[in-house]
Amino acid sequence: MAGLGKAIHEIHSLENLAERDTFFCRLHPLAKVLVTIGYLVLVMSFGKYDLIGLSGMCLYPLILMILGDISIRQAFRRLRPVLLMVCLVGAANPLFDRTPWMTAGGVVITTGMLSMAALFLKTGFAVFASYILIATTTMEQICYALRKIHVPQILVTVLLLIYRYLVLMMKEADRITQAYLLRAPGEKGIRKSAWGSVAGQMLLRSMDRAQRVYESMTLRGFRGEFFPGGKFVPVWQSVLYGIFWGGFLAVIRVVPVFRIAGRIFML
Amino acid sequence: MHMADALVVPAVAATMYVASTAAAGWSIKKVRLENEPKKIPAMGVMGAFVFAAQMINFTIPGTGSSGHLCGGMLLTAMLGPFAGFLTMIGILLIQCLIFADGGLLALGCNIWNMAFYGCFVGGLLIWKPFMKNGMTKKKITAASIAACVITLQMGAFSVTLETLASGITELPFSVFVGVMQPIHLAIGLVEGLITAAVLCFVYEARPEMLWNAGEASGEREGRFSFKKTLVILTVASAFIAGVLSLFASALPDGLEWSMERVAGTSELAAAGGAYEAAENIQSATALLPDYAFAFSDSAAGTTVSGLFGGVLVIALCAALCYGLKFFRKEKAR
Repeated sequence: MAGLGKAIHEIHSLENLAERDTFFCRLHPLAKVLVTIGYLVLVMSFGKYDLIGLSGMCLYPLILMILGDISIRQAFRRLRPVLLMVCLVGAANPLFDRTPWMTAGGVVITTGMLSMAALFLKTGFAVFASYILIATTTMEQICYALRKIHVPQILVTVLLLIYRYLVLMMKEADRITQAYLLRAPGEKGIRKSAWGSVAGQMLLRSMDRAQRVYESMTLRGFRGEFFPGGKFVPVWQSVLYGIFWGGFLAVIRVVPVFRIAGRIFML
Repeated sequence: MHMADALVVPAVAATMYVASTAAAGWSIKKVRLENEPKKIPAMGVMGAFVFAAQMINFTIPGTGSSGHLCGGMLLTAMLGPFAGFLTMIGILLIQCLIFADGGLLALGCNIWNMAFYGCFVGGLLIWKPFMKNGMTKKKITAASIAACVITLQMGAFSVTLETLASGITELPFSVFVGVMQPIHLAIGLVEGLITAAVLCFVYEARPEMLWNAGEASGEREGRFSFKKTLVILTVASAFIAGVLSLFASALPDGLEWSMERVAGTSELAAAGGAYEAAENIQSATALLPDYAFAFSDSAAGTTVSGLFGGVLVIALCAALCYGLKFFRKEKAR
């Protein structure tokens, strides 16, 4: 199954990215999580017609992607899963909101077009911000940050276990479907008569595996708490990182940086 | 049905986070009360299983397309609604972070739309009443299909409400609902059939693994019959639909009100403040302070200068970053 193979590859490549020995990867995960959430809130707080003000927020992903050696192409590829819904919602705006806003070269630009563009921009910024977070922070570190902000232990443990067994399960699903398709050439998926048995067998094996996992975890002294490995930069650097981005993003939110820069240089 | 961050404003996102957190808090309390330490790894492994199983394509007979499992219903039927809900939160967070499906800010909405309805409505209001007089394959099939269809309809309806309440789209309520509900009706039917097939297989092979299996077999007497349960569910569905439709018919007024607020005075006031701030900074930084703007306040002038300034700032920023990188590499040599 191409989808499963791609998903496994995606997980491995993200892990490799997050485990690099760079300044951004070694920052305290809590600082990165808080900055990302703050950024998302600020981006979504822009009015639906404030396209120029909103575009100022591109500086955050731009700077971090360049300095953090994060592929911009990969970031754009990650837009695909959310594009369908956003297109459905956004594409209607120019049709229903036809108030003229300005004319450029004889073409009337409506406020609907403006709000659609703002929606696409917001989508892009949100996806990029999440990508920056996961490309510089491992899932273990994110779980550690969640524990620091008092997210209940049971939830964090489940999250970590799902992540740890994800690749294993995907490989198993891949093997099962490969085996099925080799015995049923010409079929695109699992036929109706085999729906229950294919996924059901896998489910039963998963439950048995869960039992073994529990026993081995208990034998190794698991008491419900995970501790992340790896080295972080000194705390003050992470604090400074948070303060810098907090201040910088707040300024961009309040001051229309692009408009000011344009007017100064166009005099 | 995953909502992207751009589809919600912070106020709606925060409201849905609060609602989902309350449901999560209640679930955690219930799971702790069950006091089954074995359940934690089961939740993790089952979560990973649902994730992987959702990527398997099941061919839909008579069409060229394929369908997937319904995660919420399957988890509820195996682990119970509370553990299932917590597992769904983990799945949704990983989907959002690793596969960019959904958004961090919209996570509260996605938890509510998919996990809450799937686990609590599907598990407590549909699965449990169906199984009260004991499990049969027919009941499992009927409960799975009913739960998947109803919870997906509720989830799709919530997506519509949350997006419209955010004032993001100009789509009229009726059009949006008209697009969302039929699509999810078809998806719900297919997902229900696939989930039913899997659960029937589990019922035949290891019935004790299903949630409420022991309880169901022990309470065969003095409970509602299958037909009675169906009647109650139908009445409940009609009631819910009636309440929802009343809520829906009242919604456009609220939207008009919020639209006016977005495009009205509050927005203009914000733009004015920003404009003043821009003027102050400009007067402090310009080489010739007593000037007049070439484009004054016209939309075109503002846009062109904004675009020009944007390109300029981005170029400067990128150049600075690449410069920093270059010097860093040189230093490393």
